[in-house]
Amino acid sequence: MTTPTAPDSMYRNDEGLGIWEHRGKVAAVGVGHGPTSRRWDGRAETCVGAITIDALRKAIDDAGVAPDQIDGLVVVPVTTTGAFWEAGKPLPMDVIQSFNQTDDPLDGIAKLSAEWLLANMPELTNVQFTMYGPGCMSNALNVTAQAVGDGLTHTCLVVKSWHNFEGRYYQGGANAGNAIPGTPAITQLWGGPASYSTALQFAEYCRRYGKTHEMMAPFMENSRRNGLRFPEGYWAQHRPEELIPEDYLASRWIAKPANLFDNDIPIMMSGAYLFSTAERAQDMKQKPVYILNHASSNTRPRSLLPTLDEVEADTARTGRKIYEGAGISADDLSFENMYDGFSLFHQFHLEGLGYRGIKFGEALDFYQTDISIEGPNPVSPSGGNVGSGRSRVWMHTDCIQQLQGRAGARQVTGVKPEVGVSGGPMPLGGNYTVWSASPD
Amino acid sequence: MTKQGVEPDSLSQPFWDAANEKRLVIQNCVDCDRLQHPPSDSCRDCDEGAELEWKQVSGRGTIYNYGVVHDCPVRLLQEDQPFNLAVIMLDDDPGIQMYSHLPGVPVDEVPVGAAVEVIFEPSANGQLVPEWRVIED
Repeated sequence: MTTPTAPDSMYRNDEGLGIWEHRGKVAAVGVGHGPTSRRWDGRAETCVGAITIDALRKAIDDAGVAPDQIDGLVVVPVTTTGAFWEAGKPLPMDVIQSFNQTDDPLDGIAKLSAEWLLANMPELTNVQFTMYGPGCMSNALNVTAQAVGDGLTHTCLVVKSWHNFEGRYYQGGANAGNAIPGTPAITQLWGGPASYSTALQFAEYCRRYGKTHEMMAPFMENSRRNGLRFPEGYWAQHRPEELIPEDYLASRWIAKPANLFDNDIPIMMSGAYLFSTAERAQDMKQKPVYILNHASSNTRPRSLLPTLDEVEADTARTGRKIYEGAGISADDLSFENMYDGFSLFHQFHLEGLGYRGIKFGEALDFYQTDISIEGPNPVSPSGGNVGSGRSRVWMHTDCIQQLQGRAGARQVTGVKPEVGVSGGPMPLGGNYTVWSASPD
Repeated sequence: MTKQGVEPDSLSQPFWDAANEKRLVIQNCVDCDRLQHPPSDSCRDCDEGAELEWKQVSGRGTIYNYGVVHDCPVRLLQEDQPFNLAVIMLDDDPGIQMYSHLPGVPVDEVPVGAAVEVIFEPSANGQLVPEWRVIED
């Protein structure tokens, strides 16, 4: 079986599509996470393939289904955090030989194929549908929801995992060389780090609306606070430290105005979910969480970097698509879990959604109010990547668990959890899911 | 600041050849008469079969935005940290952006909105690279 990449037709990129045809007919039930770690320690049991199997088995167990009931698997094949297996570096043969391999020896170590997972999960005897949702979990969730709704699979696992190796982030490969090819040179020769583009959008935002970087501090503090209540998160597991405003504001710059904490920490982790039809989900162990819509943005900037005008136009368009397909309005959102890695663009997502009625230029003022899980306006109750490390998964897990009423210490108490939204990553170019406690 | 050397490839060869002649050229779609940068194999706005050309531009622009890089992933630039990294909008088409280290401008004292003009600086392998300097009043 060769796994195809999801076709463009599976994503809902356009406005005017109306209510999603499978609204309320697809549900998420099971959740599973592998352990987090800062970097791979070289052991077979901690490689990205192993932690992925762990996450998938936990999701299956959490949903309470027998493995042979599962007929679908959606995978994000790219697992790098920005760390790559250097050309010429000896392969870890002991690790490779610990698993059933595909024809790529780095499968399960620096990437992940559906074939590798199926070869190493013999209990998945009835998987007939596999597909790649490249990018991040947000993409894969859109693909999974559409696949279940379309009847391509009825009980489907979806997984996103990350590997992280020794060495500085993005500092190997071409960046370490004395020369680079001419086409990438046009964008990369000047040496901007990964957060540079977001930093510039934030700088323009501050100039236009008279805001400051200091105004981010309550959001950062709140996100870490929520993240420390996420037992599977990196900070909760390894460094249970609050992030107070003084420490946030005193941290070193990466690309001013983005500082160290504005850049999510790269980690190893895996997150998995089990999706099914709303009908089948009724018989599973956890309460179903219904998908009201999925929406995507494939907008690209005109030139090198998105301008603030481009960002605001596209986040507003994304908000309209999200609401149109779900048949809801901003007033129906109990909470939001939009992406935050990098932290300096979370406000763009909020303003595009019009969350709690905020308009362009108002989100940083909103951060100065009560945005806690105990209040009436919870912001990022998952804590996101700021609160638990780079996964692009926490936001989705939190939506499911909040609506199931099993978010534990993160459970929102200031609002009744009925509808949530999550997704990202970037303000231009992202994938979003609307979750609901009810199919209606 | 000495940037990494550049090894022109088929797509970018005209851009870098022009730079070595101290000319700034930007890819243009003949069909929709629209500049695009970075270059691509096809027009990003009209059909994929559209004819593309390289168009010389004035070499004048405006500083649109900037950040200060303190933690650069490119090894050759790390000894120059922190440094300005600005985005220039071309006068010929403000939708077209180019990067600049703004040689001569003190770190974090970038005059956003100021007029700039293109200059050409040698990279590590001698290939000339477009850079920008502030036009004094």
